[in-house]
Parts: sequence; structure tokens; C-alpha cells
Amino acid sequence: MSGEIVFEMKAITKVFPGIKALDRVSFTARAGEVHALAGENGAGKSTLMKVLSGVYQAEEGAIFLRGKQVAFYHPLESLAQGVSVIYQEFSLLPDRTVAQNIFLGREPVRRWGFLDAERMRRETQKVLALFGDRHRFGPDTLVGDLDVAQQQMVEIAKALSLNAKVIVMDEPTAALNDTECELLFQLVDDLRGQGRSIVYITHRMREIRRLADRVTVIKDGKVTASFDEVPETSRIIEAMVGRDIGHFYPEPAAKDDIGAAVLTVRGGGNSRLFDIDLDLHAGQITGFAGVQGAGRTALALALFGAEPFETGEVSVEGRRVTLTNPRQAAQAGIAMLPGDRKAEGLVLMQSVRDNGMLSVRAFSRALGHPDKSPIATLDQMDKAFDAFDLRAASYEVEIQSLSGGNQQKAIVARWLSLDPKLLIFVEPTRGIDVNTKAGIYAQMRKLAQNGAAVMAISSDLPEVLGISDRVLVMSDGKIVAEFGHGASEAEVMHAATEAHLGLEAS
Amino acid sequence: MMDRLKQMNPVFLVLLLLFVAIAILSPYFLQPTGYMNFLKRAAPIAILAVGQLYVINSGGFDLSAGALVTLTVIGSSILLDGEASATWWVILAMLGVGVTVGTVNALVVSWLRVPSIIATLGMMITLSGIALTWSGGAPRGYLPENFRFFGRFLIKDLPLIKILPVAVIVMIVVCALLWWLMHRTNYGKRLIAMGDNPKAALLAGVPLTQTRIVAFAMSSISAVIAGILLGGFAGVSTDVGVGLELQAITAAVIGGAQLLGGRGTVGATIAGALVLQAMFTLLNILGFPKPVRDVVQGLILISAVVIAGYRRRRSGG
Repeated sequence: MSGEIVFEMKAITKVFPGIKALDRVSFTARAGEVHALAGENGAGKSTLMKVLSGVYQAEEGAIFLRGKQVAFYHPLESLAQGVSVIYQEFSLLPDRTVAQNIFLGREPVRRWGFLDAERMRRETQKVLALFGDRHRFGPDTLVGDLDVAQQQMVEIAKALSLNAKVIVMDEPTAALNDTECELLFQLVDDLRGQGRSIVYITHRMREIRRLADRVTVIKDGKVTASFDEVPETSRIIEAMVGRDIGHFYPEPAAKDDIGAAVLTVRGGGNSRLFDIDLDLHAGQITGFAGVQGAGRTALALALFGAEPFETGEVSVEGRRVTLTNPRQAAQAGIAMLPGDRKAEGLVLMQSVRDNGMLSVRAFSRALGHPDKSPIATLDQMDKAFDAFDLRAASYEVEIQSLSGGNQQKAIVARWLSLDPKLLIFVEPTRGIDVNTKAGIYAQMRKLAQNGAAVMAISSDLPEVLGISDRVLVMSDGKIVAEFGHGASEAEVMHAATEAHLGLEAS
Repeated sequence: MMDRLKQMNPVFLVLLLLFVAIAILSPYFLQPTGYMNFLKRAAPIAILAVGQLYVINSGGFDLSAGALVTLTVIGSSILLDGEASATWWVILAMLGVGVTVGTVNALVVSWLRVPSIIATLGMMITLSGIALTWSGGAPRGYLPENFRFFGRFLIKDLPLIKILPVAVIVMIVVCALLWWLMHRTNYGKRLIAMGDNPKAALLAGVPLTQTRIVAFAMSSISAVIAGILLGGFAGVSTDVGVGLELQAITAAVIGGAQLLGGRGTVGATIAGALVLQAMFTLLNILGFPKPVRDVVQGLILISAVVIAGYRRRRSGG
């Protein structure tokens, strides 16, 4: 059944201001096959699929659907031709039923334009039947009452009801637990069995091994490898990373490099944190591990004054400080680089310079000249950008046109201008490509070497272990274990999940 | 060169075209008395629009500006009742009212977390109520000559431009100050950052409440100043400020300011106010009645938002 080419993308090039997102990428999908599209975050996987579906238009290259050249200018056009893309963020209306969601925008009508609700339910029932009895919800269930896995099934059902020949799934397991993942894999198997062509975007090896017939790897917008059958895992990783993973993390700090405690917390607590005793030392990177909701982010927010401690004391370099808002924390010498850069870090419509200078301006005289602050001038900021090798068409372009790694550099530069004593990195490499990751790790190490205390919070456990001199494990709002550099994933996971039987961090 | 032209805000081109059209239809406009009168009439709306821009750039609206204009005119006339010696005190008191109104608006938004459109709508109704109660529903009192000086007086016999209305000087001084504060100070950068992304601004150390108080205060102070000018050349009436807040928002939007904050310049907003005024002048010359002006104002408000959105998409912003 496999073999017939459903669509073919040839030498697709897509340019965003200042960056070539796709560079002559070719990709072929066949009926009855799962073609895995692998690559690190920011490699260009999603961009490629957005070109396919018509969200973006390519500058160069051609797309052939069942042998005919096509050009889509809107996702609805590709949808009509049988190409469905299921994004990580679902496009479902929570207050509507499953049937209403599936037929949103193309509701069947009877004479005089009255809604044919009966037919809508019938057709939905028919599509859901393709899932066997695995869905456990009906056409009339409110989507808001479904869990994430079930919502994903609704998205898939929507694609099926449109009779999609090509179904693109963009990192579909991102929010699923193990049981739910297995259910999804079975569904994908079914879809393949029905002769549909599945493009499965992921960076998880386990899923590629479990599902894929072919693998294409892209990195920095280029195809680095294409396999007609699933090869050894290491070959895929090599193509994704483009280098030996061993030298990825900088050397840990030597004993002598570690200085006095910069920040001390005694008995810190609030509604999400309990009995926090913590010393963060100059020159040391302290990593925080734990499952979702263990309190790592709550701790960062407490130290930064965003969700303050209600009990206990905090001192910075021996002096008691009150941290009830971020401004106070920043004045006490604490900096936080938020995890969700777009929502919490960047002023997207402003220039790279304005983003870098934001904290300088926040702490300078209100009526002072914005480029000539005694804290740091614009020239100094430009030099900091240069030193970080921040790549932008110009520092005057809006920061939203930059890649995640370059945006992160601007935020790091923003905080360094205040000369902080403690830097809290939350998810420092989320959405950042592998090469830039190594650069950010090197930079964190350098900040520690220059005498700052560094705190690293990440849901990527290998990252926490790789970068940290010391790892503290949190669970239920408490610090429950401490490890030195070189702890294994297994022992840290064990400590993190002891109180959480059955839960696993991704 | 072509690139720079393309990047230029189209509001300036529109303004130029309108001036040309008016000049062709009415050569009087090219005389100093013609264009100076035009600028004099545009002064209150330009000042209001730039004040409004502070609130728009912060991510909000100030609907109370028009009602504050009315309150300024009515209040001043009742307090003064022709007593010239009290003018300076009354002006100071009115500016004090402006600062208070702006601060209350900002605190309701910051502390009580009421959306600014609702908070200032409430303030608008309250201020209108106060003005009506105070005046008893009909204009009372009398504005002395030295109060009306700002709105009405013309400096004559100047070389080149021949005449210069004091209102135009007030406009230039106020707009220059507000331009400086918006575009050449740390405060202005904080304000725009806050409108762009309040969460990010807060986490970068920007004092949001303080920044918002100043923004709303600037809008209210500009409303008081506009009121003083309008009291000067239009005299006392109970509906002098009606709808001015919407004209101010329209002017800012014509100038390309982004509703909900983060993008908008003082220069383009002044141009937007002049476009609006030129539009009214043109319709006047063509003999259209006042209601038609309202229709046109509505249509250009919508067109301005559509065009700005289209330009932004094209430039990939």
C-alpha cells in the first residue's frame, strides 16, 4: 500500500528578516507511511510545514500534491486539498461540543439554512468510530471537559472528517503522559493502515523508533540527513546536533572558584513553598530539578519578588532584604531571565536596543536621556551585543524578527548592565537551537566565573545535570535532596519522584 | 531614498494632500490669517491627542478627557465670574484637578484592575455630572479677558507670518514638552515598553503604577490646557468637550498609534490631529453640514486602523 507519493516539496527556501529559516529543503511523503521530521527546536520543522499548509509562502521552491504543482496562500486552501496540520496549540473552542468543533465553519445545513445538528452528530459519531472505543467521549461532550489527549483526538477527528490525505502532527506528545502517548501511537498506526500519509514532527528518539518508516532530519533550516528506514539513534542525533554531544557543557567549577554565599534564605515559605533553606554561592551554578509543580518556578518567582515569600528571611551578601516586587529584587542584585521569553521577557514591537536597555532605563532617572544613563550608555549596550555575537540585520530592527537565541542574548545583556549578584535562569534554552545552546551554557559558566551566583531551572533534566555544579531536587514545594556535579539522571529522578508515585517528568 | 519614503508614515503625505486641496479650493488658506486660524482651531485637538497618546501607548484609553475639558471651562467660568485677578489661581487649581483626575484614573486601573476603557468611562460620566450639577445645566459665570487671552489673542504685525495666535504658541510648547518626555527620556521608553508587554516591563524593573499615573496625568493635564484654549475662543458652553476624547483617539490612530499600546509617536499624532482638522475644514469649504463631519470622522478612524494593520503585515511586523 505504501509507495505512492502524496506530496513532494522541492528545494524550499523561506527567508525571515535577518534569517534564512529554510534553505533548499526537500521533503517527500508517501501514502501509508509515517515520515518523521526530526530536528532541534528552531531547526525549521514547523516552518516547513507552515509552508506546506499555506501559512507561509516560500521564496523559492515548489510543492507538488499528487503530482500537480500547487501554491497555497491560506491554510483553508490546503485543507480543501486534503492537507491537515495539527499544531501543538489546539484550535478548539472549549465551550462548544465535540461535534460543533469538528464542523466549525462548515456546519451542514438543511433547507432555509437551518443547522442540521442531527447530521453533524451522526457524521461525528462516524468519524469517532474510526478510533474504535478508545475515545470515551461522544459528539455532545464539551471540549473544555476533555483532557489534553482527548482534545488531540478531536483535532485528529477534525482532520479525518475533512478526509485528509496528509496529516501533519507537530510534536503531538508534548503535553501527554505515557498512557496517553501509547494511545496516540496506536491512532497513528491506524491512520497509516488507512493509507494516509503522516508527517510526524518530533525530536524524541523513542517516538521515531516506535512509529517512523522514514526519517528526515533538519538543522538550521537545512536537511542534514534523510533515511529511508530508521537508522541507529546515534546517527539521527548526530544529524540533529551536528557535533559530538560530549563537549556540549562547559567544565564545572573547581573548588577554589566557589566563593561566599551571595544569597541566603532561611525558613522561606508561601502558599507553594515550605521551609526553604538555601545558600547560593558566588562562582557556582546551582541547578534545580523536580517534576512539574514541585516548586522550582515558584522558588524563582519568590526570589525575584514576583510571588514573594510570606515567611522566613532572605539576605543578599549578609544584608537582610525585602523582596516584595521585581523592582526591589533587581535593586538587591537579583536578575531573572524568564522562561517564556515572548510573554515575560521581550517587548516585541521595540528594537533590539530598546529591549537591551529596558532595565537600565527602568533604574535611571525618569527624565534622564534614555541613551546616556550613568548605569550604561547605548554605546556600551551595543558593545555588549557585539561581544555576545548577537546577530540581527541591525540593532534597530524589532526584536520579534530575531531568532530565540539572539533574543535570549539581548535579555542577558539587559540584566548584565545592572551587574547582578545572582542570576536566575528559567528554561534558559527553550526554543533555542543546539549550537546557540552551547553558547548560552558557556555564558552561564562565564557569569559564574566572574563572581555571580547562578541558578538554573529547567525541565530538561540532562541540561540541569550538565550545566550545574550542584543540583537541588525539589518536591511538593520543599528542597528534598542535594547532589554534586556528575549525578545520574536516574538518582535525581528517583529523588524527585519519591513522593510522586507514577508521575514522570518529561 | 525610496526606502525611506516607503517607511515614512503615510499620515504626513495625507496631510500634505489635504493642504493642497484646501489651498486650491480656498486660496485664503495660503494667507497667514488663513493658515494661522487653521492652526489655532487645531491647537486644542492636537494637545488633547498628544496627551491621549500617552495613555494609548501605555496600553489604555482615556475617555474622560472630553468631560474634563467641559469641567475646566464651566468650572473656570463659575470660579472666576469675570474676576481677572483670580485667573492664575484658577488655572493652577484646574491643573490640580487634572493631576487628580489622571491619578485617580491610573490608580483605579492599577490597583483595582479595572480596564482603562471602563475606568475612564466612569470618570467621564462622573465629571460630566459634576459639571452639570455645578452649573445647574446652563452656562453660568463669565471668563475674564486675561483667561481668554490664551485661546483668543493674536500677536500681530510680525514679519513674514504677520500674525501668531497665542494658542499656537501654547500648542507648540506643550507638544514639544510632551515630545521630549515621550521620545527623549527614560520615562517615555518605560511607558512604551509597558504598553508593549506589561509583564516583561514589570519583570525588567519598570515601576508600572508610577508610569501609568504619569501617563494618565499627562492626558488629563492636556485636557485642562485644551479646555483653557477652548474657553478662550469658543466661550462657555456645557457641551464644549463632548466627543473630544474620541477625536483625540482618532487623531492618534490616524497618526499610526497602535491601540492597546507599544507603538506611537508624538510627531505623527500631531499630524493626525491636523489631518482631522483639515478634513473638517475641507468639508466645511465644500458646504457639508456638521453631521457629515461625524460620518467622515468615523470612516477615517476605521480606515486608519485598517491601513495601519495592512502596512504592518506587509512589513512583517
